[in-house]
Amino acid sequence: MNQLLENTLTIDGQVVPFSAGQTIMDAALAAGIYIPHLCHKPELKPHGSCKLCTVDVDGRSMSACTFPASQGMQVANNTPALTEVRKTLVQMLFVEGNHLCPTCDKTGDCTLQALGYHLGMLDGHFPPFYPRREVDASHPDLILDRDRCIMCGLCVRASQQIDGKNVFALSGRGAQNHVIVNSPSGKLGDSDLNKDDLAAHICPVGAILPKNHGHEVPIGRRTFDLHTVAESDIATFNLHKTEHHDD
Amino acid sequence: MMTNKVRVATTSLAGCFGCHMSFLDMDERLVGLLEHVEFDRSPLTDIKHCQPCDIGLVEGGLCNAENVHVLREFRNNCKILIAVGACAINGGVPAMRNHYEVQECLQEAYLNGVGVDNPMIPSDPELPLLLSKVHPLHEVVRVDYYLPGCPPSGDAFYAILSDLLAGREPSLSKTMLHYD
Repeated sequence: MNQLLENTLTIDGQVVPFSAGQTIMDAALAAGIYIPHLCHKPELKPHGSCKLCTVDVDGRSMSACTFPASQGMQVANNTPALTEVRKTLVQMLFVEGNHLCPTCDKTGDCTLQALGYHLGMLDGHFPPFYPRREVDASHPDLILDRDRCIMCGLCVRASQQIDGKNVFALSGRGAQNHVIVNSPSGKLGDSDLNKDDLAAHICPVGAILPKNHGHEVPIGRRTFDLHTVAESDIATFNLHKTEHHDD
Repeated sequence: MMTNKVRVATTSLAGCFGCHMSFLDMDERLVGLLEHVEFDRSPLTDIKHCQPCDIGLVEGGLCNAENVHVLREFRNNCKILIAVGACAINGGVPAMRNHYEVQECLQEAYLNGVGVDNPMIPSDPELPLLLSKVHPLHEVVRVDYYLPGCPPSGDAFYAILSDLLAGREPSLSKTMLHYD
């Protein structure tokens, strides 16, 4: 074995180095390769729930965020077939909640929406569920709108692993799965959550939002007006562009 | 009347007419378009019922019985049916009422609301009944193309119509793709 090729895998034909213990996602992000994802953040333990990082590993479908990198692995990531699968997953997330972007404070800054754009999603395809989940506006600085929650568990993990407050959890089975708040009343206002906690602003969609700070950025200047979701998520993240990503 | 022009019908169901305003935002390009297109039933014409057409543009979701009748008339008469705007695609802002029972909404508006005079829920048979929920078009009829946005831009209307008139498969560039 050539010394230079030890601890490398290939992603769409590109040779990518990795170190022991890294997942495919870790190696890809470090190499500046974008694998679509919603529930993954490098500083938190992987979750494997959104399935958007599904890649073909030696002919089998795997979640890049949880699958360990190994020597000589052949990974297919940016293929038309995977784009179709991922678009279907985003459509499923859209119809499962009430994602009425025109009413949402997160529009233009929402990773789920940006993935819809990235994958060329025009419609939800499936019949909408129109769930009726509880909105919790009991916190003085934050609002929790469960209709927009995609159960990525980022708030849960940030609260357990970073803030150490253990404010959130996912509860209920199947389609009844929803985020709950660990306080005596079950209300956010009675929890230890502070607006400066990572858990309060890690939400990739409009489920956890700051109060009194909606629509502050003009249309055309929002995160995903200026950047693709790929640019915003790779490790070499660098927000200096001023034009639209397609200009 | 024999003509080589492409016939286009448009309608607003549970819409706000904003998609039609965006359609008019094609501005002077409408003049060029009218050399190739003539309008059938539309809020912009006086034609009461849709005749056989090439393209139907439908804004708004389905909120009442009449919406469903009109949508079926469009589907039966239009070769290509396009769901235009967020409401037609996923119910849009009006679908926020799906969080409540329709009876609760009527009671709030006509019985218990602030400033209501002579409270009663309208019941004349002339009036179409509300559906229990607001629905997107594709739950009732087959939809051929989707033009997202609330509303889609005039440029997006021009792009999809130009593609169809030229016999191309419509494709929306990423700059025109938005859901808000």
